[in-house]
Amino acid sequence: MADEVKLYGLDGSPFVCRVKIALNLKKIDYKFVVEDLRNKSADLLKYNPVHKKIPVLLHSGKPISESLVIIEYMDDAWKGAPLLPKDPYEKAQARFWAKFVDDKCIPIVFKAIVSHGEEKDLAEAHEQLQFLENQLNEGKKFFGGDDINLVDISATFIAYWVGAAEEALGLKLVSKDKYPKLTEWCDNYINCQAVKDGLPPREILLGFFKMWFATPNSFVYNEFLNKSS
Amino acid sequence: MAKGDVKLLTMWASPFCMRVKVALAEKEIAYEEIEEKDLMNDKSDLLLKSNPVHKQVPVLLHDDKPIAESTNIITYIDQVWSAKPLLPECAYEKSRARFWADYIDRKVHPAGRAIWSSNDKDEVEVAKNNFLDIMKYLDGTLGDKDYFNGDTFGFVDILLIGLTSYFPAYEKFGDFKLEDYYPKLAAWITRSWARETVSESLTNPEKITNFVIMMRKMFGLE
Repeated sequence: MADEVKLYGLDGSPFVCRVKIALNLKKIDYKFVVEDLRNKSADLLKYNPVHKKIPVLLHSGKPISESLVIIEYMDDAWKGAPLLPKDPYEKAQARFWAKFVDDKCIPIVFKAIVSHGEEKDLAEAHEQLQFLENQLNEGKKFFGGDDINLVDISATFIAYWVGAAEEALGLKLVSKDKYPKLTEWCDNYINCQAVKDGLPPREILLGFFKMWFATPNSFVYNEFLNKSS
Repeated sequence: MAKGDVKLLTMWASPFCMRVKVALAEKEIAYEEIEEKDLMNDKSDLLLKSNPVHKQVPVLLHDDKPIAESTNIITYIDQVWSAKPLLPECAYEKSRARFWADYIDRKVHPAGRAIWSSNDKDEVEVAKNNFLDIMKYLDGTLGDKDYFNGDTFGFVDILLIGLTSYFPAYEKFGDFKLEDYYPKLAAWITRSWARETVSESLTNPEKITNFVIMMRKMFGLE
């Protein structure tokens, strides 16, 4: 079909989840193709020959990869809920913060979790998280204001995956005391229908983290660190 | 065309600043360049105030409103000064440009740095091969086109050309010549440097190679 949309990915990937949420916000019907990262499909290798990673969005047979690139494409290609501000300066700010989450925040938060809260990693994670906390000005429900935007979507890992990892590990990274605005944002964000519909069940994430912390799986670790974004 | 006051915070050896200067020149935007005197040890108050998160150049100040991160700055410039667009019109081609922008941003400069920041022969060989692998992909996507953007010099061209003042240093310390491996890509570099907007914006490669030697001395490699 000319306008067919397919998403190649895995339920457990926060980067795939970003795209699912964006598709839900735009109310786009799509087919989800589950990938086995240890046995990548011929299609995945064809559509993302450079990185060979998920997510990959296929629109009318044309592939787009890298989650933030996909979301920008979606905003260009489809009407409906805007995922980026219209004003060029506000757009630039949104892109800046989305990249900050991607390049700085998520890697160090992930590292702090994986190192079971090693002091130096924790300190660095808190430094980056504080920037995010400060971005949520008074009265702002989301990073995008009244509505979810690219920055909120980019921080899905913080909103949902971190909580599951904290529970599995017995470590509190994003506490209400230290991050009153960020914790409130997490609640607001994951309770949005479009987000809820895109998130994997919490039990699956809990199970994964519990199993992983018991026997660290370097394959998964490397895949994540090399980023499927 | 004047659209407000434009300033750019820079440092002469930063390839990311060079990229933005090329974009500003391509768009014929007049601006004031404010160079950091000592980026490593004594960042200016203006820089710290304008980019408190990363504390890095380049930062564009448009009517004193700061925009940071070079690719982000160039995208902003393209949108505000919309004559002679740097990005393709079509949504899909735009996504391809953004994909390669992301690839270039993540891979090229770190890979080049790995070549000159070690004296261990095996490490340098691995670094060189890694760099050439990256060049292979870029050469492949360039294909037989004059520019990454097609017939006209555009977004991806600007992002990559800004990093090329460092390439002779990589070739020197990696002991290789890019043109022996990827002649089309090497030709693209020459073709792009022939543009005044590029040659006047990019720091002389010899000056950069001396800068790299100075960095190596600092790391105890010379």
